[in-house]
Amino acid sequence: MSLVIKGGRLMDPANAVDGNRDLYIDDKGFVVGIGAAPAGFKAARTIDASGRIVCPGLVDLRARLREPGFEYKATIESEARAAVASGITTLCCPPDTVPVIDTPAMAQMIQSRAWRFGFAFIHPLGALTQNLEGKLLTDMEALDDAGCVGFSNAFKPVIDTLVLRRAMEYCATFDLTVFLHSEDPWLRAGGRAHEGEVATRLGLPGTPEAAETVGVARDLALIEHTGVRAHFCNISSARALTMIAQAQQHGLPVSADVTAHHLHLTEHDVVDFNTQCHVRPPLRSARDREALRAALKSGVLAAVCSDHQPHEPDAKLAPFAQSEPGISGLETLLPLTLALTDEGVLGLSEAIALLTHRPADVLGIDAGRLGVGDTADVCIIDLQARWTLEAERMISRGRNSPFLGRPMHGRVTHTLVGGRLVHEYQTG
Amino acid sequence: MTRDLQFDASGGLTHLLTLEGLSRQTILEILDTAESFIAVGEREIKKVPLLRGKTVVNLFFEPSTRTRTTFEIAAKRLSADVINLAVAASSTSKGETLLDTVRNLEAMRTDLFVVRHAESGAAHLIAQHTPPHVHIINAGDGRHAHPTQGLLDVFTIRRHKGAFENLKVALIGDILHSRVARSDIHALTTLGVQELRVIAPKTLLPTAVEKLGVRPYTDMRAGLADVDVIMMLRIQRERMQGAHIPSEQEYFRVYGLTPDKLECAKPDAIVLHPGPMNRGLEIDSAVADGPRSVILPQVTYGIAVRMAVMAMILGGREDTPGRRA
Amino acid sequence: MRTDVDIEAALGRMAEGLGVFSARNPLMIGIHTGGVWVAERLRRLLGLQEALGSLDISFYRDDFTRVGVNPEVKASNLPVNVDNRHLILVDDVLHTGRTIRAALNEIFDYGRPASVTLAVLIERDGRELPIEAQVVGAHMRLARHQHVKLLGPEPLSLAMQEVSAREDGA
Repeated sequence: MSLVIKGGRLMDPANAVDGNRDLYIDDKGFVVGIGAAPAGFKAARTIDASGRIVCPGLVDLRARLREPGFEYKATIESEARAAVASGITTLCCPPDTVPVIDTPAMAQMIQSRAWRFGFAFIHPLGALTQNLEGKLLTDMEALDDAGCVGFSNAFKPVIDTLVLRRAMEYCATFDLTVFLHSEDPWLRAGGRAHEGEVATRLGLPGTPEAAETVGVARDLALIEHTGVRAHFCNISSARALTMIAQAQQHGLPVSADVTAHHLHLTEHDVVDFNTQCHVRPPLRSARDREALRAALKSGVLAAVCSDHQPHEPDAKLAPFAQSEPGISGLETLLPLTLALTDEGVLGLSEAIALLTHRPADVLGIDAGRLGVGDTADVCIIDLQARWTLEAERMISRGRNSPFLGRPMHGRVTHTLVGGRLVHEYQTG
Repeated sequence: MTRDLQFDASGGLTHLLTLEGLSRQTILEILDTAESFIAVGEREIKKVPLLRGKTVVNLFFEPSTRTRTTFEIAAKRLSADVINLAVAASSTSKGETLLDTVRNLEAMRTDLFVVRHAESGAAHLIAQHTPPHVHIINAGDGRHAHPTQGLLDVFTIRRHKGAFENLKVALIGDILHSRVARSDIHALTTLGVQELRVIAPKTLLPTAVEKLGVRPYTDMRAGLADVDVIMMLRIQRERMQGAHIPSEQEYFRVYGLTPDKLECAKPDAIVLHPGPMNRGLEIDSAVADGPRSVILPQVTYGIAVRMAVMAMILGGREDTPGRRA
Repeated sequence: MRTDVDIEAALGRMAEGLGVFSARNPLMIGIHTGGVWVAERLRRLLGLQEALGSLDISFYRDDFTRVGVNPEVKASNLPVNVDNRHLILVDDVLHTGRTIRAALNEIFDYGRPASVTLAVLIERDGRELPIEAQVVGAHMRLARHQHVKLLGPEPLSLAMQEVSAREDGA
């Protein structure tokens, strides 16, 4: 169905567009006109976006869908639905499913399931080593062919430096991107909270900042040595940011992302052993949070992601160190990023860039932009809408969020994927 | 956003989970109440009928004969019925969850759980999920807190040293892993001691420990100078495996409390230890059995303090007018 | 409202009533706080040599679940063995009888006396248990909402109180 989105403020930072423009979409799901209708265009439907922002559908660099293997927590269908309700039209999922995404069949299965439900696009990351064990390489070229947009060992850092070197060289051979969760496993050793004054007071085993910086230092040295394109996932400390910024200045092909929650919360939010604040890497100091915010502005960080990890209630109903880490973050990705614009950390256009074309560029995919000829993945946002995150109204199966009860502003009113309306906010 | 779980709507103590957040007045009230229970322990019939008909369950996920026994004695001296449950806790096995264990026991009409668990925050979790008529005393959760030990330690100090304001106190040993240390620190800073020091090698001092209100020392003699109260902490022999200390000999040589290091402190300084002691590792036998040691009285005081805490938590529960607040 | 009970005269009557027990070498025990004051006066009047015992019945009250524990509890002090002794238990006001019930329970946790004689300064109506005093200083008949309280230790005087809802039974 062809449609026109009328009267909205079109914001497409990739194409430096920011102003009142109507958007014209053909019945094949492509953008065919911006500002003025192309000759002979007839819209079968009109969407009124007056007073709203019209921007590319959001690209979430990291979201776990729990399928296959953890369907008791969530499924591809439930989470893809939650994604589009939150304006997210493209998701990248890590390979740590069960079984692991280390065969082309697994990669294809996930994409085709996503396709069947017709909500967000899902691009998987392939496993860097077989079964994530850190010993043997996977068929990365075949996995790339099967749709993997990069390779990762998820939360199991490759300890054997020689294996990591070889994996990076292999990725570099085929121009593949490696996604790293840099961490020194011995320094991390059982840590569950940031090693700092709060962990000291609460008696929680701590992960020192050095666990991240030692990991990043090692990985940077190998990146330089092998020439692979690398992306650092979920940076949490100021010191690691400094090291990455330096590497970028020296011309190394490295990028990095931060989670929405690390931009808002710190170790002090772990009051009364709140397991909703148990994340990996942990929430660190206020100083680290300020550095992360500054790095969004300076460009060291390419994207804000949700790091979505939906859990069943029991996963969080345990003593802190025994609870499972992770926040159900799809539904708060946009409002938490918008909140940074309220606080003057970012401009609105910069915020949208961090959620659209910049993460798309990290993944090397065609998304996050609305130029003529681009796929019409669109997100319409009512910036004035105020709402509160409530567990019963969350669409994701995971209700594990420390932001429950927190007032948010900015609501997605319409989401289109490939020109199809997949989400429309109903009042009441 | 922090609601203090430990008090009910009318300000009465309903759980004892940590000494952090208890006012000076509340701590002193507990100590005064414990004082009145000392006399009960000195009679031939060491029982009063205060908690007759109440059920106390010792829910120990971490083994401990000593602490469990003193809670059992305290509860029985109050005429309560006591049930001891040693639960084998395995964090990796998919057994019954912590909350399910508690709920099953609640269904058997338990009034008070005394809980010891290997993970910090376990007692808090339980207290957040039990109905209002069920009460929790934390008998030690991971590294976080051991509030009754902290209370009996300050009770001991008050009994032997009087007022807190002029005291210099030193805690010595594995501060990093010690819930006793954290509870002692909260109690002593709330009661306003003149100076509170922690003495340990860097491998056993937690990050940012000064933020708790203590002054860290790595030199034991310097740390003991002019001190009135010395509180020894147990060092577990497993710390050598975790590369925290090299050997028992080295630890004893540098950080063990010997008679000659004791001389750095004031001549009338007292020595406390939560027990069980590792003689020859953190403390020399001559000191443990010497005239400054109050280690044995601590055990007696521990029973009275635990009686006081149980009586305060379970007493005055009915909602009637004219109830003393 | 003041009472017109002459305390000195009441104490005198009590001492007279207790005289008949002196041959048994009685041990006098006062119940905190008013009972101890009365016992001290009686001990002087009777010329007893032995130290007084004192009881704090807080841990034996039957209303613990309602009122909770009182941090100002004074320790009970029985300096001598009560086994086979004749005890004179002294309290200021006998009202419901619950305090005496608690005191008897506590005494029997200390040992097995040969006998217990109850002596009270004021006996008033309102008994809820089958307890009576053998020796009484003065009788009073009061309404349910009225209470009499002994103030002291020097001088001893009686005060009347009007209580609205709950009495703490004595």
